[in-house]
Amino acid sequence: MDKYINTPITEKVTEDLKSGDYVYITGTIYVARDAAHKRMIEALNRGEELPINIKDAAIYYMGPSPAREGKPIGSAGPTTASRMDKYAPTLLDLGQKAMIGKGKRSKEVVDAMIRNKAVYFAAVGGAGALLSKCIKKSRTLCYEDLGAEAILEIQVENFPVIVVIDSKGNNLYETATLEYALQK
Amino acid sequence: MRTIHTDEIIRNIKEMCIEANHYLSEDMDKALKDAMGTEKSQIGVKILNQLQDNLNIAAEEMIPICQDTGMAVIFIEIGQEVHVEGENLEDAINEGVRQGYTEGYLRKSVVNDPIIRENTKDNTPAVIHYSIVPGENIKITMAPKGFGSENMSRVFMLKPADGIEGVKDAILTAVRDAGPNACPPMVVGVGIGGTFEKCALLAKKALTRSVNERSHIPYVKELEEEMLEKINCLGIGPGGLGGTTTALAVNINTYPTHIAGLPVAVNICCHVNRHVVRNL
Repeated sequence: MDKYINTPITEKVTEDLKSGDYVYITGTIYVARDAAHKRMIEALNRGEELPINIKDAAIYYMGPSPAREGKPIGSAGPTTASRMDKYAPTLLDLGQKAMIGKGKRSKEVVDAMIRNKAVYFAAVGGAGALLSKCIKKSRTLCYEDLGAEAILEIQVENFPVIVVIDSKGNNLYETATLEYALQK
Repeated sequence: MRTIHTDEIIRNIKEMCIEANHYLSEDMDKALKDAMGTEKSQIGVKILNQLQDNLNIAAEEMIPICQDTGMAVIFIEIGQEVHVEGENLEDAINEGVRQGYTEGYLRKSVVNDPIIRENTKDNTPAVIHYSIVPGENIKITMAPKGFGSENMSRVFMLKPADGIEGVKDAILTAVRDAGPNACPPMVVGVGIGGTFEKCALLAKKALTRSVNERSHIPYVKELEEEMLEKINCLGIGPGGLGGTTTALAVNINTYPTHIAGLPVAVNICCHVNRHVVRNL
């Protein structure tokens, strides 16, 4: 089912999203991957504030290629989400409601998603040129020294994703694979 | 004796980095298009269509096909009748990579040390595999490798008694575990034989082979075909969201090995299996 949603992504929105839904996101989302997650969790451990507003936030696990002149961003497809599994439960418990990436998640992450009514979306891996067209603006928010791993704030318009794991823990990777594994 | 100047090597490698990251090779392009006609899942077809749109946008607007423009893996075959003039060859190769990634708006994904992890900001150094061959040419294969799929690759040190069935299990295990993480439809490079490091290199080299070219060894050709069929029955599908196109090809390279061993390496590549070859 096709659904159109806007950020911030509240509990009311996530409760309505089901594993397998095609979702088009419009609004502001954060971009952060491995090194930025590590640094955010280290900041929390030192008792510092996060550099982003985590409540009802969507984080896109991504590190873009450099933008050409006149373009907001370069190629911008998802990176493998499981590398963020170590950090995601803490951020979900602080109010993050959506993760965008690709690939499997750990049980700890899924438990934290159910606990906090969060969703995990997949964007099409390896379609970075196509996805970049839905990103209208981009600015570096912090951790600029990390290069391609800096935290960005981007404005997206009808950014296409699929709900892989919904807030009840239903997992499209598991159900869809089973369906076609039975076929010759 | 023929002389080749390193300036020529630098220029070619720079161009190859840019070319590989914006245009898929003909064999890969065809395999992806063909998959649209055979994929049984609706969502799978939708994703394969998006991959076509992505390739068109990449070529028309010069946006890299994938944001992970890879670590530069370079196979360089140097004819023994060639004299390389200019700077140190390794420095020249890295200079080509530096210029390609900087001037081509490609992502700099290399860190200086696996633990300290400071970005080198120019995507160097490359991973370079040299070989000396007969003749007076230099053949360069540039294969930028993304790590979504690289991370899902495996080496299995099997026992001779495990035989071909053990090899099949190893390949299926690696692909099943990789699942959606490796951005399917994938290309599976397999190395069988040699030593621990040799089989990994065979697998990497297998990924640079055309996806529609089968092994010349009859049993290996059969194994490639059988494994492709088995992999496509796993149900993983495009994007890992279910379907019948999990892999586009299984390329297997073999090498003699020791009486006590049966090394198997499975190097997985996503659907952006990039390789550009030039002969100087």
